[in-house]
Amino acid sequence: MGELKKVDFEYSQLNSERMRLNVGPQHPSTHGVLRLEVELDGEIVTEVVPHIGYLHRCFEKHCENMTYPQVIPYVDRMDYICSMNNELPYVMGVEKMLGIEVPEKVEYIRVIFSELNRIANHQIAIATFGLDAGAFTPFLYLFRDREFILTIFEKASGGRLLYNYFWVGGLAHDVHPTFKEDIRWIVKRVKETNKEIADLLLYNKIFIERTANVGILPADVAINYGCSGPVARGSGLPFDLRKDAPYSIYDRFDFNVVTGRGEVGTVGDCWDRNIVRFHEIEESCRIIEQALEQMPDEGDVREKLPKKIRPPQGEIYSKAENPKGELGFYIVSNGKDKPERVKGRGTSFVNLSVLPEISKGYLFADLIMILGSIDIVLGEVDR
Amino acid sequence: MGLLNKLDDPYYGGGIILGTLEDVLNWGRSKSDWYLQFGLACCAIEFMAVNASHFDFMRFGCIPRTSPRQADFMIVSGTVTMKMAERIKTLYEQMAEPRYVISMGSCANCGGPYWEHGYHVLKGVDRVIPVDVYVPGCPPRPEALEEGMIKLQKMINEQAIFNKRKRLREAEEKEKSVSDVVLSQN
Amino acid sequence: MIEQEIYNKLKEHFGDAIVELKEAPPSDPFIQVNPERLQDICLYLRDEGDMLFDYLSNLSGMDLAENLGVVYHLYSMKYKHTIVLKVTVSKENPNVPSVERIWRTADWHEREAYDLFGVIFEGHHNLIRILNPYDWEGYPLRKDYKTPEEYHGIKVPY
Ligand code: SF4
Repeated sequence: MGELKKVDFEYSQLNSERMRLNVGPQHPSTHGVLRLEVELDGEIVTEVVPHIGYLHRCFEKHCENMTYPQVIPYVDRMDYICSMNNELPYVMGVEKMLGIEVPEKVEYIRVIFSELNRIANHQIAIATFGLDAGAFTPFLYLFRDREFILTIFEKASGGRLLYNYFWVGGLAHDVHPTFKEDIRWIVKRVKETNKEIADLLLYNKIFIERTANVGILPADVAINYGCSGPVARGSGLPFDLRKDAPYSIYDRFDFNVVTGRGEVGTVGDCWDRNIVRFHEIEESCRIIEQALEQMPDEGDVREKLPKKIRPPQGEIYSKAENPKGELGFYIVSNGKDKPERVKGRGTSFVNLSVLPEISKGYLFADLIMILGSIDIVLGEVDR
Repeated sequence: MGLLNKLDDPYYGGGIILGTLEDVLNWGRSKSDWYLQFGLACCAIEFMAVNASHFDFMRFGCIPRTSPRQADFMIVSGTVTMKMAERIKTLYEQMAEPRYVISMGSCANCGGPYWEHGYHVLKGVDRVIPVDVYVPGCPPRPEALEEGMIKLQKMINEQAIFNKRKRLREAEEKEKSVSDVVLSQN
Repeated sequence: MIEQEIYNKLKEHFGDAIVELKEAPPSDPFIQVNPERLQDICLYLRDEGDMLFDYLSNLSGMDLAENLGVVYHLYSMKYKHTIVLKVTVSKENPNVPSVERIWRTADWHEREAYDLFGVIFEGHHNLIRILNPYDWEGYPLRKDYKTPEEYHGIKVPY
């Protein structure tokens, strides 16, 4: 063989081809059945195209064919991780149309259960986010605690995951006799676990390395993309409907709106979104404690249940702060016992749409972290 | 199937196991089933709970796999939509034989709450792939899924590996004789 | 700012393009506008100093028997007030200007309204189906929609 010829070239002149990669819909680290079409330049993400609809269950079509109370189970199945929070804006909307004032006790129970479910949701969010980062232990710890919360829901409503508990004008049943003790116990427990999680996961050096300065979402972009909930608050935007447009009895409680401050990286990175969830668990505990103090023991939770639910003609947009952000229902009534139209403004649907914007220019492994930090539930994305 | 019981049995004793090769193979197969993670909807959250600390699915010898090539069975948990149906079929076809399917939740069984107006919902995953065990419920409790798993293990244990034809014939005859008895009683 | 003031201001600026303000408690009040000047109106609502509707909460399509409608729920992060805009178009010619350039969040919302109702948003950069498969036929949320018998060889009805 002859001598090798020496070739001069610069690496920047190397023509590399972009690669299109398909992630999902069945993929271990997409949260559910999401399909991402990713364009990569080496390891760098240059474009992300989400394809959704793999769980489109025709929620809005069902609403048009069901009576108002029959819609509630379908509302549950929208964001199945926090069903209680889903029911709240829907029943509030219908109540507002009917002009029903629900009893005090009902309001308190609703707030307590919504906040408990918020805790359960954030626990799943942090757990699965840890799982994405390769941390399996926090998953087991958090699911252990979540199981206790579910037991309380089960005692009250009979369901572990989907409750159908908030009804228009009241609740399906009264709570069980040991309700208050149970909740005090669980709140204590949640706080203890939270401390563990902070050590195990959130302030873990490896975890910080993976998540800080990744997927930065500036506040103005967040607003323009309609982001809400921890995604918006992680960017330092104090947008919380519980404070900004108080519904139910949230104005009676003292709690803080947690925002990201860029403690370990830049404001609005993946770590910030998670620390917001983490602190919100504590804030929820505070709300629950106050609500337990103020809650009246007497009262019939079923006394205001209307015999016939037939709202007058009109329309309403009823919104509430879901653990993931603003959840709204646009309910149009035509005076009959079935709604003319119910549009669910899925929180995750809107939050997910920001993904292509914030994942450009990061490594492919970071894309999974960014997706995990947005905390989507496909049931709500596709409805 | 009592293979292990025989070890403590005073008559068998001495570390000797008497059984057919089929029993041994089936025992091994049924106690280490790897499954394909296939979470689709709300049922998948219950499925996650089964995996986590309280219910501990791994004690059945079930380890989650993310690739269909390494999986023995697949748990379809949740609503299957039209868009998803073809993917499920592809994944099922990629799994190596023998393969099994557990359909978890009413949605995967028959369309669940979406059976009537769900224009985009597949009314039962058995329209695209064969199903071995159906677990009813919306969502099924974790215990129900565990029961389904036990059912599947039983099924695997009773499966014929050798002499399949003979076994089938025997089973048919048995069934026939039973039905004959029933008929004659009537 | 209450709806009446917003309405007056809009009326002053856009004249005939603003049709009416409807208030009937407990329903939310809404402002009916003409689709032709929708983009200008939205841009004005977003950028005008004392309105600043920088957050599009919701965009939904509607089937109004003969017509199709689109409803916009706006919210202002600064002043925390809301307003509802409505436009109506005929089913034969369902063209509405896209507000995707004004609020990026409208991108997916509009694709959804197109997918389910068949409203065509002019100027949208990528108006394709989003929830249903790309080769789905018909607009499912229209009242006269018939569920297809089969899709890719799979039976659809129960
Ligand atoms: S069976 Fe019920 S819980 Fe399971 S996926 Fe269907 S709706 Fe959800």
